Amino acid sequence: MAKTEFQVWRGDSSGGELQSYQVDVGPGYVVLDAIHQIQAEQANDLAVRWNCKAGKCGSCSAEVNGSPRLMCMTRVDDLPKDKPITVEPMRTFPSVKDLVTDVSWNYEVKKTIQRFMPSKPDAADGTWRMDQYDVERPQEFRKCIECFLCQDVCHVLRDHHMHDRFAGPRMFVYVANLEMNPIDTGNRVAQLRDELGVGYCNITKCCTKVCPEHITITDNAIIPLKERVVDQSYDPIAKLLGAGKE
Amino acid sequence: MPSTPSKVTALPVKRGFGETLRPDAWWIQPVVVGLGFLAFIVYSTWAAFQGAFYSSGNLLSPFYSPELWYPLGEVSEHALFGAQPGWWPGFLPYSPAFLILWAPVSFRLTCYYYRGAYYKSYWPGPPSCSVGTPGTGYMGERHFPLIIQNIHRYTLPFALLLLVFLASDAWKALWFAAPGGEEFGLSVGTLVLTANVCLLGSYTFGCHSLRHIVGGGIDRLAGRPVRRTAYECVSWCNKRHMRFAWFSLFWVGFSDAYVRLCAMGIWTDLRIF
Repeated sequence: MAKTEFQVWRGDSSGGELQSYQVDVGPGYVVLDAIHQIQAEQANDLAVRWNCKAGKCGSCSAEVNGSPRLMCMTRVDDLPKDKPITVEPMRTFPSVKDLVTDVSWNYEVKKTIQRFMPSKPDAADGTWRMDQYDVERPQEFRKCIECFLCQDVCHVLRDHHMHDRFAGPRMFVYVANLEMNPIDTGNRVAQLRDELGVGYCNITKCCTKVCPEHITITDNAIIPLKERVVDQSYDPIAKLLGAGKE
Repeated sequence: MPSTPSKVTALPVKRGFGETLRPDAWWIQPVVVGLGFLAFIVYSTWAAFQGAFYSSGNLLSPFYSPELWYPLGEVSEHALFGAQPGWWPGFLPYSPAFLILWAPVSFRLTCYYYRGAYYKSYWPGPPSCSVGTPGTGYMGERHFPLIIQNIHRYTLPFALLLLVFLASDAWKALWFAAPGGEEFGLSVGTLVLTANVCLLGSYTFGCHSLRHIVGGGIDRLAGRPVRRTAYECVSWCNKRHMRFAWFSLFWVGFSDAYVRLCAMGIWTDLRIF
């Protein structure tokens, strides 16, 4: 088996550094396999969060060779062989230890978003009728596994640390899921503009690129939400016509 | 909204401009995009200031379409209202392109695709995903000046109107001067102008604001066949918005160059039939 050098970030909230490990990489190895091997054979105290190893739990988010990825879905064979493979924790969130970050901020932000507000049931049995065509749009957003890679790559959070003014792509996907639901009666546009700070997004589309569920975050969630904000905040004609208040 | 993450207070140290652990050549794309935009801006500005050699027979450069008034000293059969108006200040240079180009420029400048692309190439970053951004005091599109980008939907009608004129130009390019009137025909120039309007149309009809207006802004499209079909058509173009943005940008410049070379006598428009 070929020896491959991994440089893994070791440390905590007070600081840390990349440390080198040589790993015997077997056929079909993913980065998480290599991390587990390091943990088992060379660094028993290496902290890493993982669960399903199938790209569905969103636990093993990290930065592999500088790009946000799920470690369990990143094959070592697909990475350049001529340089060491770097593995860092997500840079948008505080480090707890080694590759584990504190992502609790996301859950706190999510709690502040206006809940689902269904209309009165429109069927005699007390349920709702929705056309599948109308349901498909928000269904795309329900694929989100909350890995927070989109939050990690977003420069507004990652580089500018605007956690107090900007909710991030994951939260916009969540809001889009609610706003575009055919039976939802809530109106989160003012909250989007003022509290969640959708205007800080400058459409780099990095969130879409890193999404392991291939949700078209920018084009299908964020830009449509920005347009709804324009309807109700900046466009006098749309305001006059009451656009976006269906 | 909760402020900075709690429990563990320290966020990772910010990286400087351009810093990253990415081993790939991440800088190539923003550099190529930036140079592509720059090349187009330089060429289109130069072409707009020429005020001459913008039409050749039945061909009219898209930078000059619709031609409202032709400049003094020139005579153009494409002009809608004749010669340069007397109210144009004498100290200002005049070119028919000045009266037109503000529409496509404002449409492209505020386009969601272009915004993301030129922010990466020029300002306010990041130059590429997970690469350190420049400077501090980021304000995004939340405050002045970039909050102005929200006028994008107001530039859309002008872009749509231009398509009508460009389609008309492509139609006119099918008719050639002949003894006793005009005759139907086809030349390479006809194909160039037809491809131009098709590419610009594909780009314009993929506009995010148009997608919102035709159906994206409402939550129930079932039972609304016209809006649903329109939404699906615009969404099809929207998925290819970046591709059409580049193809149409290149082709509109090429169309101007083609007509210009013909008008200058450097190139002859080849008649197919």
